[in-house]
Amino acid sequence: MVLPSSEAATRSAMHDDGLISSPGAWAKEVRQSAAERAQNQGLPERRDEYWKYTRPDFFVQESVTLEAQVSPKIQIFNNQLKAEILFENAVLAAETLPKVANCSIESLDDAADLDLHWVSDIYGKLELAGQYPVRRSLAALNTAKASQGVLVHATGQVSDPIRIHAVCAGRTDAIIHHVVKVDAGASVTLIETGQYGARCNVVMEVEVADTGHFHHIRVQDDHEIHALTHIFARIGADSTFKSFTMTSGGKMTRNECILELIGDNSAVSVAGACLGDNDFHHDDTVFITHDAVNCESRQVFKKVLRNGAVGVFQGKILVKAGAQKTDGYQISQSLLLDEDSQFLAKPELEIYADDVACSHGSTCGAIDEQALFYLRSRGIPEAKAVDLLTLSFMAQAIEEIEDSKISAAILNHLTDTLEAR
Amino acid sequence: MLEIKNLQVQLEEEDKQILKGVDLSLEAGKVHAIMGPNGSGKSTLSYVLSGKGGYEVTAGSAHLEGNDILSMEPEERAAAGLFLAFQYPVEIPGVGNMTFLRTAVNSQRKLRGEPEMSAGEFLKVVRAKAKDLKIDAEMLKRPVNVGFSGGEKKRNEILQMAMLEPKMCILDETDSGLDVDAMKLVAQGVNALRDGKRTFLVITHYQRLLDHIKPDVVHIMAAGRIIKSGGPELALQVENNGYSDLLEGSA
Ligand SMILES: Nc1ncnc2c1ncn2[C@@H]1O[C@H](COP(=O)(O)OP(=O)(O)O)[C@@H](O)[C@H]1O
Ligand SMILES: [Mg+2]
Repeated sequence: MVLPSSEAATRSAMHDDGLISSPGAWAKEVRQSAAERAQNQGLPERRDEYWKYTRPDFFVQESVTLEAQVSPKIQIFNNQLKAEILFENAVLAAETLPKVANCSIESLDDAADLDLHWVSDIYGKLELAGQYPVRRSLAALNTAKASQGVLVHATGQVSDPIRIHAVCAGRTDAIIHHVVKVDAGASVTLIETGQYGARCNVVMEVEVADTGHFHHIRVQDDHEIHALTHIFARIGADSTFKSFTMTSGGKMTRNECILELIGDNSAVSVAGACLGDNDFHHDDTVFITHDAVNCESRQVFKKVLRNGAVGVFQGKILVKAGAQKTDGYQISQSLLLDEDSQFLAKPELEIYADDVACSHGSTCGAIDEQALFYLRSRGIPEAKAVDLLTLSFMAQAIEEIEDSKISAAILNHLTDTLEAR
Repeated sequence: MLEIKNLQVQLEEEDKQILKGVDLSLEAGKVHAIMGPNGSGKSTLSYVLSGKGGYEVTAGSAHLEGNDILSMEPEERAAAGLFLAFQYPVEIPGVGNMTFLRTAVNSQRKLRGEPEMSAGEFLKVVRAKAKDLKIDAEMLKRPVNVGFSGGEKKRNEILQMAMLEPKMCILDETDSGLDVDAMKLVAQGVNALRDGKRTFLVITHYQRLLDHIKPDVVHIMAAGRIIKSGGPELALQVENNGYSDLLEGSA
């Protein structure tokens, strides 16, 4: 996908006729302007302020340097959900697209033939809106080049979660672009598990209409992976948007989430629980814009790091003039299990309204010796006691998940992952 | 059961001696009480016996059924049968009380080479024991000690003791912060565990707990030493005259 210079990248995107022309006229235009956008802005470089704590090298370099691990040791949600979509080696297995009541699920690859107007209203549009005030050229490049992804349109209450599961092998370079639209009064939960490629550039654009509800759960537990993900969401009035990510694998992951609250009385939450070990770098970058009255936004990120793992958090709440009664909450905390690991945090608030309540806190601490002794005095061996305190530390992030069945599954998965290491 | 000889302890961080030679011999099945003014080293003794970090043993020994416990990890001491009911039980958010109890029970069994308790059996046992202590299902589900009242925390300590069935129980000021009813409930829980073999070391500042848990032997601790030992009447003497007589007598 990605090339050393933005010019080369754009050239490649423009000349790759297969990608540009196949999904029809609307797509061609969007893709071309996205490619130009990426070229004009330039790809991220190490000296960019926004990439201060995470090196963009792996995401912009030409070659994929790691092999994907074929399948993870521990699996989650396997054969538990009715609606499952499979990606194999970064390609959607279209025959797996499930039929779901109150919801249409299509392949991005077929978007042009299907004449899905709603997709052309969103594809590349939310990504474009998210290019200001911070440029996100790799997301623009994704819009230009992605041919694989799912288009999910919830028109009513979708009772069961829809799971996207990805498997891959070798040095797959995955460029995936999902589009989600949640209509008024509709609700849907999307679960992403597995690994699209040894290197991934994943964009998800989400439009939540007034009184719509969208829940997103993501499990990143694979190894040998370089993943860059972007969620761009626009949220209407009286609606909810919640995204939770559990990360326990991968060498280099950056999850960006760019939310814009444009309707009154809505609530959004972006949360993450991250378990880092050894050669592990994990970056959560969140940008939430309040442009409506009486909305609540929550950012809850917990990272437990050891053996030199690095955690990064960049979180911003922007409250525009007139976005009164905003309630913004942001907490990013790390538990460092040794002195080799580190946590770098940059919490930011920018507020142009006067009647708002915003709080943010970022902490970095070691294990609580008193609690550790308490557990050990009950006969719990030290390693197990540390695991329990790790779960304890992450609890607040997991509590952001609304569906108790899903949060129980995540908790089990975390417990199993801790036990296996 | 527990033999403590000339135990001398100082803080690891600073050169401050807290225990200055403690001797105690607890026979199996007996209840010993330690009373003493605040700061005399009672909690330190209980922590050092159960293996808390931050203390350095400079002399002396402690043996549980002949085994040198001071060289063991805290979890090994617990598996060997030692239990400390904390003066200040620790809150652990996000970890359910039930999960905690089951992990503790099965960890000890594993360390002792015994088979784990099944989920069903555990549930049955914990429910019965919780009921005796008036601990409801709600409290079992809640995160460990989070949002518990003082009395609930202490009852939860006794529940852990009942589940773990230790040989040697140390109770550190289990009565502090309890009203009379709560104290009776806790005392009942402790008395129910007396079986002629299980041994208790009850640390308390006041005599009133000893009205409910009758001690065989009472020790008075001051400035890091046991200054006097005697029968239950010693506790009554403290109740009536305070510690000053005893302290003067020892000086
Ligand atoms: N970790 C510690 N750091 C500093 N001082 C301590 C520590 N533990 C105990 N002490 C000191 O040791 C003495 C005995 O304390 P403690 O054992 O708590 O007494 P008691 O339980 O009898 O009230 C007190 O002077 C106390 O301040
Ligand atoms: Mg004390």
